[in-house]
Amino acid sequence: MTGRVVALVANPTRAVYAALIATLAIGWALVAFDGGTFTLNDLVGIQQRSAALGIVAIGQTLAILAGSLDLSVAYLISLVSLVAAETMAGQSSNILTAVVVALGVSALVGLVNGVVITKLKVHAFIATLGVALVIRGVLDHLYDGPAGRVPVEFQQLGYSRVGPVPVAAILWAAVAVGVWFLLRRTRFGNRVYAVGGDVEVARLSGVRTDRVVIAAHVLCSLCAGVAGLLLASRLGAGAPTVGTDGGYDLESIAAVVLGGTALAGGRGGVAGTVGGVLLLAVLDSVFNQLEVNSFFKDVVRGVVIVVAVAVYARRTGRRAS
Amino acid sequence: MRRLLVAVAALALAAAGCASDLPPTGASAQPSAAPATSAAASEAASAGTGEQSDFFVQADYDAQLAMRTQTAEGPGDKPWEQAIAPQMVDTAKYKKDGPYHLCFSNAAVNNPWRQVGWTTMQEEVALHKEIKEFTALDAEGKDDKQISDIAELQSKGCDALIISPNTTATLTPAVSGACPEVPVIVFDRGVETDCPVTFIKPIGGYAFGADGAEFLIEKVPAGGKILALRILPGVDVLETRWSAAKVAFDKSQLQVIGVEFTDGDAAKTKSIVSDYIARHGKIDGVWMDAGATAVAAIEAFEDAGVPVPAFVGEDQQDFLQKWKDGNLTAVAPTYPTYQWRTPIIAALKILKGEEVPKMWNLPQPKITQENLGTYLQPNMPLLHYALCGCESMPGFPGKWGGK
Amino acid sequence: MKRAIPIFVVLAGLLVAIAAANPFFLEPAGFLAFLKRVAPLAILAAGQYFVIVSGEFDLSVGSLVTVEVVVAARLIDGDEAMTWPVLALLVVIGLLVGLVNGLVTTRLRVPSFITTLGAMLILSGAVFLWTGGAPRGALSQGFRVFGREGVWAVAILAVVVVAAVLLMRADFGRTLVAAGDNEKAARLSGVRVDRVRVFAFMLSGLSAAVAGILLGGFAGVSAQVGQSLEFQAITAVVLGGVVLGGGRGHVVAAIAGAFTLEALFTLLNLHGISGALEYAVQGVIIIAAVAVGGLRLPALRLTPSKV
Repeated sequence: MTGRVVALVANPTRAVYAALIATLAIGWALVAFDGGTFTLNDLVGIQQRSAALGIVAIGQTLAILAGSLDLSVAYLISLVSLVAAETMAGQSSNILTAVVVALGVSALVGLVNGVVITKLKVHAFIATLGVALVIRGVLDHLYDGPAGRVPVEFQQLGYSRVGPVPVAAILWAAVAVGVWFLLRRTRFGNRVYAVGGDVEVARLSGVRTDRVVIAAHVLCSLCAGVAGLLLASRLGAGAPTVGTDGGYDLESIAAVVLGGTALAGGRGGVAGTVGGVLLLAVLDSVFNQLEVNSFFKDVVRGVVIVVAVAVYARRTGRRAS
Repeated sequence: MRRLLVAVAALALAAAGCASDLPPTGASAQPSAAPATSAAASEAASAGTGEQSDFFVQADYDAQLAMRTQTAEGPGDKPWEQAIAPQMVDTAKYKKDGPYHLCFSNAAVNNPWRQVGWTTMQEEVALHKEIKEFTALDAEGKDDKQISDIAELQSKGCDALIISPNTTATLTPAVSGACPEVPVIVFDRGVETDCPVTFIKPIGGYAFGADGAEFLIEKVPAGGKILALRILPGVDVLETRWSAAKVAFDKSQLQVIGVEFTDGDAAKTKSIVSDYIARHGKIDGVWMDAGATAVAAIEAFEDAGVPVPAFVGEDQQDFLQKWKDGNLTAVAPTYPTYQWRTPIIAALKILKGEEVPKMWNLPQPKITQENLGTYLQPNMPLLHYALCGCESMPGFPGKWGGK
Repeated sequence: MKRAIPIFVVLAGLLVAIAAANPFFLEPAGFLAFLKRVAPLAILAAGQYFVIVSGEFDLSVGSLVTVEVVVAARLIDGDEAMTWPVLALLVVIGLLVGLVNGLVTTRLRVPSFITTLGAMLILSGAVFLWTGGAPRGALSQGFRVFGREGVWAVAILAVVVVAAVLLMRADFGRTLVAAGDNEKAARLSGVRVDRVRVFAFMLSGLSAAVAGILLGGFAGVSAQVGQSLEFQAITAVVLGGVVLGGGRGHVVAAIAGAFTLEALFTLLNLHGISGALEYAVQGVIIIAAVAVGGLRLPALRLTPSKV
């Protein structure tokens, strides 16, 4: 029995789903004890809540797997929401243009991140922090508050459901499956793991490591762009603080490592990240049901993240040294 | 490209008539862009106040300034029940028997003003036996969370929903969506739809800003140098404060030597003011759009060894104490925290079928040299706001951290 | 030390530019005011340097500064007699948080980025859970003196600089750099890598306590007091030519990085590029500084625990 528990915990992806199920059960019991019920509506709420963070975290997974990380996603999300909402300007005929422009801006930011990291050899932490500051400056300079307007057709993205499943969650699932396919079934995916595992070995075995890192960053920023579009559709407008208010930069990194992806790169994957995001969302929802103080929530989150990573670290055993 | 296709597919799905939680009135909401056309272009750039804010609306400005002198209706000793120039709406259709379940979607509890207000609201709830349940969700300052919170509360069987929106434009669709389901009460910041049963607010930002500016114009001799400190741009309730002050300064003989953003941070405020003192030598007046960092700004003068000039603060105890101790020339416009009592009272009135004002304008007093003594409460915490209207509540002063 | 030369050249250039734009800067009072303003960040940069040079990160210092100030205000609550006991407690809190960060990172093998990110959430959550969302209470005049009177702030800064230099010249400094440079080699040669790293985290926690005392003293209690200081401190250290990933860089250069950052803010302010574009300029400069300094060095060493 204990052996089975150990085996369960030994795989981070399985561990995070075990934790997810346990949290759901405990949460359900606590809520019931509190006199409430966990309804279908709450499940819909959980999906709605997780979609934006989920999509950002999928992108972040790519960057982290490649041995990098991206601190610029939060400001990029704000920027994309504004670019999209202003381009749409309330006209449904502008939706396609707006989506293309928004994703173009995202890809460009990702390209800059990747090039600065690989060609200028700037540490990813500093490179993406610097790019984040540049975007922040641009945002503060150009925008005073919410701007632009999202036509009602585009708002469907953030509000509609297919049966009990919100369209936003379907979008998230699609992005997750797409990136999973990319990582597990394509040569590019193998290279991402190779570069993140050991960049020198990858280079010696003929991988163009710079290209892989740049591509990972472009995809990461595109995911942030999709999240920005989703948030714009939820808010009905673009907002210069929507990304930072949500804390999507550090929170997405937290979700990725919670899902068992190694921060150093090369190990982990999309499935774990999805579990990590859901775990955070379920915690959120349970705390919401119990009307727990938001500061207590931060404490629990911090503990959960550190404990999870400590548990995963045991699995990897002693360090190579 | 894949994502683009996914997005398009999602839209197609939605268009195909799948279930939608989208508020039905979403499309008819006012455009979120501020009515920039109504903003009078600044002819007084020489006064140093810059362009007029995009948020400035002349009609609202005129109405608020007029309200300052109008008498409020209602019990004089309970300003949170008073209303200025109320236009009553019938609420018979919401009438139902108690006990009631009230719900509240709160933008955040992340600053002392909201902290005092939130405590006051909880104590107000405790006063009413007919409230059997009070469900409150804290959006932690996140628009997206508040949208989800409002949706979640609609499924909780609330009899009335109170909303304190985090942002005006971006919360409008969510509020519009809640209106058909449950009587909605909005307070503090507004939304761009008139679907809520009542919108509760003190007179507003224009009156706040004008109160401070007019005081400086009266106290500071012509040609005097004014430093204006703002928290951050783009928040409607703060933009209106500055825009009204700008109108007043432009008409005056005063010289505005700088308009700076402090992020509401005490250290940054103090640094900015110190820099201005070093550069300009003498400053004759300081205007602020919120008083939370007023004491830090005053300290910059003290530390520089120069007299503290005429000051505009707010009703926080630390400022009032400094004002009395330093015998300052000062005024404190207020944005009273007693407005957190009103939504509970309004909800109960609505559920009992009593009429309420469509726009519930609460009185917005200012603290002057004459009435400073009434509002200074040395037993209360330094960050407490004096106009909580909570002195007669059972939990006072302990619940607010007082002794 | 050779790596550090550019930062001193840049700093000197910035100081000359400030003096040219604002002659008041050259007067004793003006320069003292500048030093007073730099002191907290410079002290944080010194603390962060120890952690970074040993190959780790400390993202918790910003929250820790807020915790220190908020705790001080609530416990002192205007009572002068509480000043010294609370000051002592703050130092203990700083060391303790550093100790926990260090132990979790070294013993439980959690990457320091995650350890200190968790600590950041826990600290800010816990302190506002305790005070109900916003600061309560007030600092005493005796407490405020350290941050309000420039002489004190400068004296404390001087002590920190001297202590940091002495520490780096002692055995501790050498082993710290060795641990960050090549962990495996350091272990093989008998360096107690874990122990020096824990000590580095404790120094960082201590620096946050001292910075908190200065910042709280300067402008009083505020919930935002520590906001984004962790990123500023890391930026300052990196500007000073210290390499993320460990093993390279000098503590004086890291402190000079803090001076440079603050001088840059001051200069931008003097030229009216405040607020909005300030961030953009800052972002470009950080990237440029690291790109220029690191062109010959291997990049992408995110965490030392890379297997």
